[in-house]
Amino acid sequence: MVIEAGRAERHYWRDLWTYRELFLFLAWRDILVRYKQTAIGIAWSLIRPVITMLVFTVVFGRIAMLPSEGVPYPVLVVAAMLPWYFFSTAVTEGSNSLIQNANVVSKVYFPRLIVPISAVAVSLVDFVISLLLLAVLMAWYQIMPSARVLFLPVFLGLVVILTVGLTLWLAALNVRYRDFRYVVPFLMQVGMFLSPVGFSGVVVSEGWRAVYSLNPMVGIIEGFRWCLLPGYDLDMRAVWFGALISFLILGAGINYFRRTERSIADVI
Amino acid sequence: MGWSIKAEGLGKDYVIRHEAGHRYVALRDVISDSMRGLFGMRRTAGERPASTRERFWALRDVSFEIDQGERVGIIGRNGAGKSTLLKILSRITDPSLGSVRLRGRVASLLEVGTGFHPELTGRENIFLNGAILGMTKIEIRRNFDQIVEFSEVQKFLDTPVKRYSSGMYVRLAFAIAAHLESEILIVDEVLAVGDTAFQKKCIAKMEEIGRSGRTVLFVSHNMGPIAALCSRCILLAAGELQSIGPTLDVISEYNRVAELHTTVDIEPSMRNRGDGRVRFLSVSISNKRNEPLNSFLIGDEIKLEFLVESNLSEEISFWVIIFDATGRPLLSSHQRDIEIVRIGRGRFRLEFLTSGMGLMPGSYTISAGAFDQRLTFLEWVDNCQQFEVLTSFQDGVAFDGRWGAVNLPAQWSLSPSG
Repeated sequence: MVIEAGRAERHYWRDLWTYRELFLFLAWRDILVRYKQTAIGIAWSLIRPVITMLVFTVVFGRIAMLPSEGVPYPVLVVAAMLPWYFFSTAVTEGSNSLIQNANVVSKVYFPRLIVPISAVAVSLVDFVISLLLLAVLMAWYQIMPSARVLFLPVFLGLVVILTVGLTLWLAALNVRYRDFRYVVPFLMQVGMFLSPVGFSGVVVSEGWRAVYSLNPMVGIIEGFRWCLLPGYDLDMRAVWFGALISFLILGAGINYFRRTERSIADVI
Repeated sequence: MGWSIKAEGLGKDYVIRHEAGHRYVALRDVISDSMRGLFGMRRTAGERPASTRERFWALRDVSFEIDQGERVGIIGRNGAGKSTLLKILSRITDPSLGSVRLRGRVASLLEVGTGFHPELTGRENIFLNGAILGMTKIEIRRNFDQIVEFSEVQKFLDTPVKRYSSGMYVRLAFAIAAHLESEILIVDEVLAVGDTAFQKKCIAKMEEIGRSGRTVLFVSHNMGPIAALCSRCILLAAGELQSIGPTLDVISEYNRVAELHTTVDIEPSMRNRGDGRVRFLSVSISNKRNEPLNSFLIGDEIKLEFLVESNLSEEISFWVIIFDATGRPLLSSHQRDIEIVRIGRGRFRLEFLTSGMGLMPGSYTISAGAFDQRLTFLEWVDNCQQFEVLTSFQDGVAFDGRWGAVNLPAQWSLSPSG
């Protein structure tokens, strides 16, 4: 093997493959630690979506009387929280992951991509928990998903692509500019209201739909609802836009991460 | 067996910004700077001190070649570039110039327990740490029992490592890295934490690794383990390769470079007693061939040279005491056992040469002083010179861990009786 000034690239993708087990080990560690440290561990990942669901149902459904397309309001909200909570926890955790693992990053070599990506994988646990919550709710309201549920993996794939892209970008930025740590949670908070989490996408007037669809989470969230809730309409433009933007962000994220990666150990 | 590591013209530079006190940039500074630019608010000169960027070469033009199965020590003072070199070899950071060729996989132990998570148990950490070091799950499983046995933590395997003693922690960390099936093993100053018995075990393990044809690179400030383990040494100074060669030669060169330590100017703070009528000004240490040195082999003669200033003319005598690292006085030497000297006003040079002392490996400090005829202290300075005894005998035989503070030279004879 050759290490040369400015030419560490060559083995990169091969290395990533060699270290594929590390990716699982890091995710496994974070999950293990999370449920060892907190007494209410799993309960916590359940309490948060339940409370959000209640708040949104009351505020948007009861007080603001927003339309729900014939779906019980709690179900509408939880179906959206499925991708949203995955996205927001993954991006928040993932963008801090390099700094949190600074001691490892500065002392051992492995492809740094593994760190933020395994942080994203950990958030899939939250996704599964929300999925269980939704299943319980749908059983309660006696809603049976149609065959459209088979498209769920497509939208899950989309949200993973978007999340990984953004996480890589922010994780690398975070190493360079430490105040991103404060920017990311704020972005996520604003994002929750800019995305149709607490309400249906149809409340946005026809004229503004195209602009609204520039937020890739719009197409993804609406897609999740379309898959899970029978009778829910889907604006395909939002989906295509969302997919396009997600892939662009992934490309840009990987590109930026790879460019800064070589200096990470020197800066961190 | 061919080469294992080949470095050519390695260099690494860092840009130091003198203005910024932080290693990282805050986004707000970048934004506020670019905003100013945007609105044409050019900085007036002197508004903010222009950041002076300085290029600092942590490593410059380092070339060497290491053969397969060699055990090589890397020594040098703080900031000589040892860590940077190790970071490049273990691919944590890229060189700015030059190249390194490595044959095979590299396992590096730059820090004890990198990636250990305090909440996880010993067992869990073996797998996690192994994966971080680049082992596959199958490989870890295969070596699991050996790792546990070597680290001696069997009983605590299912205890979170946060409850481990620091000794157990180091043992486990070293055991994992040592059992990595890599062709090259890089170990930084990690053994300093463990107890002596474990250090010996680690060195024996590294020797074994070397014998099995794997290459070992070992960094330490402590010349003892280096001398015991390595056949060759690399000496770095100020980022450059100063010399490479047989261990004992390089170590003695390293010690010669340490001019600062072979002559100590006496500070008032070292003075324990004394009324100033007779004062030591400086103490130098060397071997009997007058080569300034701070480290010796077991059985070496040690020479001290004191510069003395006297304000009285009287009959006096000097004394020297050697303490071990724990502060226990081991050896005393009193001039008055042999002679009383007459001193006058002025400056004198006092020489003190031991016979072969046989002090065991370790570090030692020296106190010295002067008595007048009534045995009152004219001078007494503590910790005025230090030296180290390496883990090797004068004839090059490695120290075998025998008991005792001093190796006692004696005559033995066996003859048939009756």
